[in-house]
Amino acid sequence: MSSTPNPVWSNRTIKWVDRRLPIFSMMHRELIVYPTPRNLNYWWNFGSLAGITLVILILSGIFLAMYYTPHEDMAFASIERIMREVNYGWLVRFIHMNTVSLFFLVVYIHIFRGMYYGSYKAPRELLWGIGVLIYLVMVATAFLGYVLPWGQMSFWAATVITSLVTAVPWVGEDLAIWLWGGFSVDNATLKRFFSLHYLLPFVIFALVFLHLWALHTTKSNNPLGVEVKKPADTLPFHPYYTMKDAFGLGVALLVLAFFVFFYPNYFNHAINYVQADPMVTPAHIVPEWYFLPFYAILRAIPDKLGGVVLMFASIAIWFILPLLDTSKVRSGRFRPVFKWFFWILVADFIFLTYLGAMPAEGIYVTMGQWATGYYFVHFLVILPLLGWFEKPLPVPESISAAVTAGHEKEAAA
Amino acid sequence: MKTLTGVATAAAFAAGLALAAPTAQAAGGEHPPLKTQNWTFEGVFGTYDEAQLQRGWEVYTNVCKSCHALDYMYYRNLEQIGYSEDEVKEIAASFETEDGPDEWGEMFMRPAEPLDPIIEPYENDAIAMLANGGVVPPNLSVMTRARDGGADYVYSLLLGYEDSVPEWVLEADPNFELAPGKSFNSYFPGYAISMPQQLFEGILEYSDGTPATPQQMAKDVSAFLQWAAEPELEDRKTLGRYVLVFLVVFTALLYAYKREIWKDAH
Repeated sequence: MSSTPNPVWSNRTIKWVDRRLPIFSMMHRELIVYPTPRNLNYWWNFGSLAGITLVILILSGIFLAMYYTPHEDMAFASIERIMREVNYGWLVRFIHMNTVSLFFLVVYIHIFRGMYYGSYKAPRELLWGIGVLIYLVMVATAFLGYVLPWGQMSFWAATVITSLVTAVPWVGEDLAIWLWGGFSVDNATLKRFFSLHYLLPFVIFALVFLHLWALHTTKSNNPLGVEVKKPADTLPFHPYYTMKDAFGLGVALLVLAFFVFFYPNYFNHAINYVQADPMVTPAHIVPEWYFLPFYAILRAIPDKLGGVVLMFASIAIWFILPLLDTSKVRSGRFRPVFKWFFWILVADFIFLTYLGAMPAEGIYVTMGQWATGYYFVHFLVILPLLGWFEKPLPVPESISAAVTAGHEKEAAA
Repeated sequence: MKTLTGVATAAAFAAGLALAAPTAQAAGGEHPPLKTQNWTFEGVFGTYDEAQLQRGWEVYTNVCKSCHALDYMYYRNLEQIGYSEDEVKEIAASFETEDGPDEWGEMFMRPAEPLDPIIEPYENDAIAMLANGGVVPPNLSVMTRARDGGADYVYSLLLGYEDSVPEWVLEADPNFELAPGKSFNSYFPGYAISMPQQLFEGILEYSDGTPATPQQMAKDVSAFLQWAAEPELEDRKTLGRYVLVFLVVFTALLYAYKREIWKDAH
């Protein structure tokens, strides 16, 4: 097999198919010889990992749907039946539950990696924007899915979150009734949530396809943030990155298996094993950990509409990141000041996660307001100004030049 | 390699955060610490103690069953805790279940069989509320999953009764008063629990001769409820150990192979 993008096939069957539907040429071009920057570090593993995680979720979900009953009187019991009576039903369900947490963890790392290395800058603005869109659909899907077991937290999370639309001026109340299919969260809500929870992962899948299409058009960014200039800057995707990704997948599966088999309910709320009861409100209504930063932002504003707007703005702001960051230098590695502010943002995001889990009272509200304020200041003030005031370090001329220089330094040491 | 260390450090940090989170949430509760027990089912090598689960079933049938259901469970499930097929048939037959309609269109009672669901104490919630001062005694088959602290919480609750409101509660809230018909329990949210104390010396004799002290009964029935909530636990942990060993070896091989492939490419 040649290493050129369009090989000449010798096998007659392959030749026959490929001439009519060039699937073999496409795989050869995009998966095997695909030229990838040779200097990608392990932070670049999280993209392919997110894709595989999505596949695990879709597969386990399809099997769960075969036994799940979307009905207010039967949903909770049908899940207990999956756990007790269906062969290895507990395994499939625990994989599905815990992989969601893994998915969000991996995607958060993937997003922040993109922020650090400037992966949103030209010509990758659309690639980045599609990614943000994927995240938004993920959030919707995860929320819908959490409602399906019809436990106490399912029901009350659904009530709290769908009630947010009542904040919309004039039509808010009607919008809520339209969403619920009734006058509160009930059987009609559960059924439509199930339908949409089955639909949206395939929407994500389609968006991932667009994400990859854009990626393979602009090619991967890399830790240096310098565009690929010559063949010496790259390595073929296979076997170099297939093997590196396989190793990363092994580590991720180890972490997943540890929770699935030994602490399967670790990320769950105990109270969600109490069947939904519209007459009893839980003491603390807390979303899953991966929503906590945005939950903290929602609660930072005493005004309902203001909180909702701010929460959506906190994600929507990622869309215009390419406009907000005025620096000409892509990688954070050559931006001595940006580097610090990046890590402060990460700390702020983790702090917001912590605050989201705390009761909305006293000092937690004040701290939530400061942390929310800083979050927006980072994107709206610090990033645009840094581009003007920061003096970046010299950027290497090419990837291969930087790699060679690194080797010389090692040899000299 | 440097980034690998970076990613590993970040992962360790994330794990630290995840493990610290529940403690942060639990802080601020005004309950004594749970009476934490050593359970056989804890940890990576955890298994159930069949004799203990059988004693727990005896406590359930003699004490809990009159008010609490075990939804989603069947008499046949008892074979899992070491009862033989005949013993399960005998246990099931000691209960009556409603069946029908027969050829005359009538519902009728018959002895339960292993395939029948474990009999519920009340026909419906209304009658359960009538009999229990306005509250439905909760289903127990998912109880250890449905409470923070799991079996330790159930154990502490069963032994957490006080005859009078203790000093430490009155210090925190001098106006605290127990509503009529409620009992004081140190571990129950709000302290006022509808279920009176159940476990006393001498209410039961175990068939295996173990002295039935309140502590012993609380421990046995908590373990039994853990099994009721997680009947898959032993299978899960056994399979999990194989999966982890396989993944450790396989991932190590992948790492070695990755290094081999990359040796000239750095």
